[in-house]
Amino acid sequence: MKNVSFATVAAIAVAGAVAASPASARDQIRIVGSSTVFPFTQAVAEEFANVTGNPAPVVESTGTGGGMKIFCGGVGEDFPDITGASRAMKESEHKACMDNGVDSVTEVLIGYDGIAFASARKGAVIDVTIPQLFQALAAEVEVDGKVVANPYKKWSEIDASLPDVEITVFGPPPTSGTRDAWVELVMEEGCEAFPAIEALEGEKKDQVCARMRTDGPFIEAGENDNLIVQRLNADENAFGIFGYSFLYENQDTLEGEKIDGVAPAFETIADGSYPVSRPLFFYIKNAHRGVIPGLDDFVGEYVSEAAMGDGGYLSERGLIPLGSEQRDAVRGDAEAGNNMTRYGS
Amino acid sequence: MSTADAALTQKFDWSSESAAARRRRRHRADRRLRTIGVVAISIAIGLLGILIVSLVSTGYRAFVQTMVTVPVYVDPQFVNEDDPSKGNYRAIVKGTLETLFPEVTDPREQRELARLLTNNTQFMIRAKVVADPKLIGTTFDIRVPVSDPFDQLNKGVIDRDLPEDRRKINDKQIGWYDKLEAEGRVSTPFNWGLFVNSDSRFPELAGLAGAIVGSFYALLVCFLISFPVGIAAAVYLEEFAPKNRWTDLIEVNINNLAAVPSIVFGLLGLAVFLNFFGLPRSAPLVGGMVLSLMTLPTIIIVTRASLKAVPPSIREAALGMGASRHQVITHHVLPLALPGILTGTIIGLAQALGETAPLLLIGMNAFITSPPGGLLDASTALPTQIFIWADSPERGFVDRTSAAILVLLGFLIIMNGIAIFLRQRLERTW
Repeated sequence: MKNVSFATVAAIAVAGAVAASPASARDQIRIVGSSTVFPFTQAVAEEFANVTGNPAPVVESTGTGGGMKIFCGGVGEDFPDITGASRAMKESEHKACMDNGVDSVTEVLIGYDGIAFASARKGAVIDVTIPQLFQALAAEVEVDGKVVANPYKKWSEIDASLPDVEITVFGPPPTSGTRDAWVELVMEEGCEAFPAIEALEGEKKDQVCARMRTDGPFIEAGENDNLIVQRLNADENAFGIFGYSFLYENQDTLEGEKIDGVAPAFETIADGSYPVSRPLFFYIKNAHRGVIPGLDDFVGEYVSEAAMGDGGYLSERGLIPLGSEQRDAVRGDAEAGNNMTRYGS
Repeated sequence: MSTADAALTQKFDWSSESAAARRRRRHRADRRLRTIGVVAISIAIGLLGILIVSLVSTGYRAFVQTMVTVPVYVDPQFVNEDDPSKGNYRAIVKGTLETLFPEVTDPREQRELARLLTNNTQFMIRAKVVADPKLIGTTFDIRVPVSDPFDQLNKGVIDRDLPEDRRKINDKQIGWYDKLEAEGRVSTPFNWGLFVNSDSRFPELAGLAGAIVGSFYALLVCFLISFPVGIAAAVYLEEFAPKNRWTDLIEVNINNLAAVPSIVFGLLGLAVFLNFFGLPRSAPLVGGMVLSLMTLPTIIIVTRASLKAVPPSIREAALGMGASRHQVITHHVLPLALPGILTGTIIGLAQALGETAPLLLIGMNAFITSPPGGLLDASTALPTQIFIWADSPERGFVDRTSAAILVLLGFLIIMNGIAIFLRQRLERTW
C-alpha cells in the first residue's frame, strides 16, 4: 500500500510539475532570509505593491543561515532573488554561491538593529557592563585566576552593586542571527576582560568565549521574540535578549537595561554609543535583474529615502537608519548592481 | 444432606456482618471509580475552558476595529483625470488632515498627526477614485481604520495614564484623537477586514482572506488525492487482497504511517516535491500533497473499518443473485459504508487543516499580501498565518493571533459538526 500511494502521489507530482513548467515566467519577486530583516522587507514589499501595482513580493522568514543556503542554491526562477541577513555573508556562504553559479551578488547595508537586554517595567533595574554579562551567561568563567564552570547564581555574586536576585535570562537559540550577534558583541567582547581566559590557547579560548551556560540561568526561549516578551511580564526578575524592534513596540511594559551605562534607544544605537548593535543587510542576485519583473524597482524602493531614510517608514518599525552619506553610497551600489567586494572577486 | 444445606446457608448468609462489609467495600469502589471519572472530565473541560477563555479574552478585541470617518477633497491638481491611478494621494490625505486640524502647521507635528490614520489611507482613497473618477474635484466622506496604536488606545490596551515616554503615542496625538472622537467621527464596527483582507504589516489592515483561501486550496488538493486513493486502497485490502504475510506487513505499515509525526512528511515534501520535482515553494498544491500523505492512512483505516461493518449477508445475498465482485462492491458495499467513510474523511481533513509543521518546511509561512489566484501561487494557510502573527512585534497582532485561532477553531467545529451530522443522519445499524 505504501508503494501504491507513493507511486500515485509521485505521478500527480510529475503531472503538477509538467503543468507548472509552462507558467515558468515568475512575476513575483521572491525573498528569503533573516527573521530580523523580515519585518523591514515586509514593509517595503507592501509599499512596493501598493505604489507600483506590481504583484506583491513573497517574503519568507527562514533565518539568516537558511536564507543563504536557499539563495546560493543557484540562478533561475526556482531560487529567490533576495535574501535578508542580520550579519554579513560568511566566506563559506560566498563560496557556496560562487560554486552554484551565483557569481554576482550586491550587498546592501540597510541600517542597524540594536539587541536589547530588557526586563519588565515593574521589575529589577540593573546597569551592567559587558564583562558582567559574560560572567552571568557564559558556560565557563574566570574565578580567582582559574577557568571554572560558571558558579554564579545571583547577580549580586558577580558584583555587589547588582541586585540580589537570581540570574534568569531568556534568550534566542543558536539557530538565530540574534544569538550569533549577541555572542559576537557581548560574549566574545566580554571575555577579553579576563586574563586567565585570554591566556588560553586557540580553540579552547574561542570555545570558552562563545559558549552560553546550560545549567539553568540562561534559558533558550525559541525563535519567537514575543514569547520572551510575555515571559518577562510574568516574571519581574527575569531579563530577555531580543531585537530592539520588540522593545520599541512594547515600551509601555518593558524597559531596556543600560549596558556600559547606555540604555538602548534610537539615538544611542545610531551614534554607536550603545554597544550591542549590529548591521542588517540584504543581498541581491544580479543575474535576476531585468529577468524578474520589478526587481530593480523593488530594490529602488528599499533604498529610497522614504524607506530607509531618517524618519522613513522602516524607522517606524524600529530600524536604525544609516548616516546620510553612507545612505547615498549604499544607494549608488544597490542601484548600479555592484558586485560585493567583501571577499575579493 | 440437611447438614450440608445448613452449611451452605451459613456460608452465604447475605445478612451477616462480613457480607455487608464486603458489599459496602464494593460500593465504595464503584463510587471511587465514578468520582475519578468525573474528576478526569472536569480537568479536561477545565483546561479547554482556560484555553477558550484566554483566547476569547484577547481575541475579541480583533473582531472590532476602530474606524474614523474623514472628509476627503480630491483636489484636481493632484490627480490626473485621464489616469486616476496616478496621483499624489499622500497630498490629498495631508489636505484632509489640514482641514480637520488647521491649527497644526509644524511639519513635524503634521507627520505625527498623519500617524493617526492607517498608512494605507492614500491607497483606499485611490481605489475609490479609480472606481469612480467623477469624485475628482468633489468632497466625500471615507471611513478608514485608525493606525494600530490608536486602535489599542481606544480598546484600552494602551493606558493613557502612563507617562508619555512609555507609550508609542504622545499626549498631543491623544489630544487629536480625542478631538476626532468628540466630533463623533470615531466608530468601532465589526471588523470585516479580518475576513476580507489579506496579510499586511499593519495590524489594523491584516486579515485572513489569503490564509483561508490558501487552506481551502490545500485541503482541496489533499481531498482529491487522499479520498480516491484511500478508498481504492482500502477496498483492495478489504475485499480482494489475500491474507498473507505481505498484506499483514502492509497493514502494519499503514498503521505506523498514521502515527508518523507530521514534520517528517514535511521533510519528505521538501526533499521530493520541491527539490526533486521542482514544484514551486509556498504553493497550496505542494501543501495539499504533503497533507494528503498524512490523511491517507487515516482514510484507509476508517474506510476498512466501515467496509468491515457492512454485514456479510449483504455481500452473500448479492453474490447469490449473480452479481459480480465489482457489482457487489460498487452497488452494495460501498454505498452502505459511505457514511462512515465520509465521517472519517472529514475528521482527517480537519486534522490536516490544523497541521502546521509540514507547511512551515515547504515555505507556506511567507508574507503575502494577496490571496492566491491558483494552486501554484504562493500562499499561506490558517495555522501558518497564526504562526506568522504570533511572531510579529506590533501589539495589534497579539489580538489578531487569538482571533485567528478562534477562526481556525470555528472551522474545525463546523467540519466536525458536519461529520457528526452525517453520521447521525446516514448511519445504519444492523
